Amino acid sequence: MNQSKIEVKDLNLSIGNQHILKNINCKIPSRKITVILGSSGCGKSTLLKSMNRLTDLYPKVKISGDILLNNQGIFGKEVEVTDLRKKMGLMSQRPAPLPMSIFDNVAYGLRISGRKKKLQMKLRVEYYLKVVNLWDEVKDRLKAPASSLSIGQQQRLCLARGLAVDPELILADEPTSALDPLSSQVIEKKFMELKDSFTIVWVTHTLRQAKRMADHVIFMYLGEIIEQGPAEEFFNNPQHEITKNFLNGSFN
Amino acid sequence: MTALSLKRIYQDKLNTVVMIMALTLVITTPLIIFASLYTKSSMLFASDHSLWDLLFSSAWEPTKGKFGFLPFIISSIEITILSVIIAAPICFLVAIHLTQYAKHWFVKIMYPVTDILAGIPSVVYGVWGILVVVPLVSDVIAPFFGIQTTGYTLLTGAIVLSIMIIPFILNILIEILNTVPFELTEAGLSLGSTRWQVIKHIILKKAKPGIISAFGLGIARAFGETIAVLMVAGNVIKIPDGLFSASYPLPALIANNYGEMMSIPLYDSALMFGALILFVTIFLFNLVSRIVIYRLERSL
Amino acid sequence: MWGIKLIGKKTEELIFKQLMRLANAIILFVIGLIVFTIMRKGLPALSWEIISQVPKGGYYFGGEGGVLNAIVGSIYLAFGATFLAFVISLPSALFINVHLQKHKKLQDIIRLFIDVMWGIPSVVYGAFAFGIMIYMGIRASLMAGIVTVAIFIMPIMIRGMDEVLKMVPKTLFESGLSLGSTKYELSYRIFFKQCIPGIATAILLSFGRAFGDVAAVLFTAGFTDNIPTSLTQPAATLPLAIFFQLSSPIPEVQNRAYAAAAILTFIILAISVFGRMALRKYKKNSIN
Repeated sequence: MNQSKIEVKDLNLSIGNQHILKNINCKIPSRKITVILGSSGCGKSTLLKSMNRLTDLYPKVKISGDILLNNQGIFGKEVEVTDLRKKMGLMSQRPAPLPMSIFDNVAYGLRISGRKKKLQMKLRVEYYLKVVNLWDEVKDRLKAPASSLSIGQQQRLCLARGLAVDPELILADEPTSALDPLSSQVIEKKFMELKDSFTIVWVTHTLRQAKRMADHVIFMYLGEIIEQGPAEEFFNNPQHEITKNFLNGSFN
Repeated sequence: MTALSLKRIYQDKLNTVVMIMALTLVITTPLIIFASLYTKSSMLFASDHSLWDLLFSSAWEPTKGKFGFLPFIISSIEITILSVIIAAPICFLVAIHLTQYAKHWFVKIMYPVTDILAGIPSVVYGVWGILVVVPLVSDVIAPFFGIQTTGYTLLTGAIVLSIMIIPFILNILIEILNTVPFELTEAGLSLGSTRWQVIKHIILKKAKPGIISAFGLGIARAFGETIAVLMVAGNVIKIPDGLFSASYPLPALIANNYGEMMSIPLYDSALMFGALILFVTIFLFNLVSRIVIYRLERSL
Repeated sequence: MWGIKLIGKKTEELIFKQLMRLANAIILFVIGLIVFTIMRKGLPALSWEIISQVPKGGYYFGGEGGVLNAIVGSIYLAFGATFLAFVISLPSALFINVHLQKHKKLQDIIRLFIDVMWGIPSVVYGAFAFGIMIYMGIRASLMAGIVTVAIFIMPIMIRGMDEVLKMVPKTLFESGLSLGSTKYELSYRIFFKQCIPGIATAILLSFGRAFGDVAAVLFTAGFTDNIPTSLTQPAATLPLAIFFQLSSPIPEVQNRAYAAAAILTFIILAISVFGRMALRKYKKNSIN
């Protein structure tokens, strides 16, 4: 735990008069999978999205406290928010392919960061499509619109797109919730491979998935962190009553 | 128990019949309108007026039986296009602002404002046009170009019309931009785009067919607007030769002459033919635009 | 190179943001200007006489009287048309949402068709009705105006109702059916009751439309200096009164047109504010 990629300090977030996140303090260890676990509506997605400041877009949002990325605050005035976001790839619940071709979906991030050389671009797109095991399925129709892919393929495309801009972290917001079991498995496996090179934050409400994937767990309930720690400890020796209930499945 | 049930069943059946009748009445109205306008105007064709002559001749002398609609059609097209050109950038910018950038409180101000703008009756726009826009054109804009005019011009009509269609187009644009899933914005930003890049590269691209359709609906709306335009556009029967020339759009023709149409032979048929042109054009424009919008909403 | 590019991108965004400000300002300015102009011209000319009297002899040459005939005519016409449209719109909208619940494709086609009808201008409805009236030998009357305007506002009303009925949760539909309700009971006891505030808003909106329209009534309702006492008499309407008076060359008559325009604007604004309040209340209810 000496190397934490992200550190959240006394984070409070409210939208209008709804207090969504309450006194959040947590650390995200580097190059591990941290699972944020909790039932729906507990604020886990909001916590995830405050890390790359997508919460800035919410109307009537109020934030206090701080989040440190590599020991630097992300809410400071001098922070270039586009650079901050580029360091964190995002996968959302439903795949959100951009309204362009398969090729352009991966190339888009590269283009807006100013990379223009054609051949290099081609190689990079191919590389990342291979990383997510999509290349063989799409190499003959790179010009086809991304929306023509199946949902599972779209989600892998979104992962390739996110990886292409060379992030340090991957923020995954229940990325398998819209997928069939087989596609989910593919994505989960991919992430297990990726954790050697990336810090991963994975949000989920399924206990079994958390058990399969987590190195580190943050358990949330009604906007608060109830318990957090290394996966083994968390699952085998929960401290808090609410956690125990959740792990027993007697929760709803 | 059974008697009660039976009563309820009859009640239900009767109600279904009533409902189907009501809906059928609504749905068949356009067909009836088309049929009746067509029947009436077909007398023109029967008396040796070809469709080509009616649409593309500019000789309008009802007393001599000459009905060339070209001046009115050209006036209508010009005034419509000009008004959409004026309204389009404003609607476009405001719609982007309200859906992407604006603070909550500002949106809360602008919605009722556009509603009020949409609710003001046509005739009030006409009054306002006479009081403000006519002098503006005759005393400021025209002299700037070294032209003398009464102020009752194509441009005046287009300005008034553009303001009338702004709330209409704006509402549809906002609706369309709101159908673009928020996840796309999040995805774009996470790749390192600025907000503006997300709008330009992703949102507008996704919404493009809908945006074009919104302007299609705006064109249809402008094409049929009657009273306000009639009050300020000048109403001189000739093909307008410039922005500062008087114009005489089709709806104004119909509204201005219904009183006399029974006194001249075939005049009534001619005016019904004018209404038919309006009906068919607007119906088609609306139909195509609406289909595109429905498709777009469906695909999301 | 990098930095310059980023600055370039920010400038573009900045320019567009300024343009957006300008566009917003134009809209706010124009609506302000419209209301200001109408009130400034209209309020000084407004008097008790204008609201409370019908035109007397020589009114259109500057003689005494007011536009009460038109105000009352408009109220009659708008109420009549709104009522008639309601009688047809409510069953139609309920049918689309209750009976056709399972036929999504058909629902879509009907909605599309009604949306298209919404776009047809009132002058076409007016001309059409006028043609029918000539054919059947009916003279311009309050009744003819009511029917024409009702047809014209029907699509607006149905789609307005439809938008709120669409929001009724499917579970309500299913649980209603499983409790043994007939579709009739489901329509009027559940769907209708759930949506009363939203339906009221749709009605109010249509009423505003009916009140402000000129082109349809121009052909069908005629114009008269008297307050109509039966449906077969012609009726004056406020927008039409404005239109006619304004075409007079006499300044006094024109001033009265401005006064009438102020009255009309005021009524329409009141309806709009009312509708908004009703809708807000509705939203409050639906959240809790």
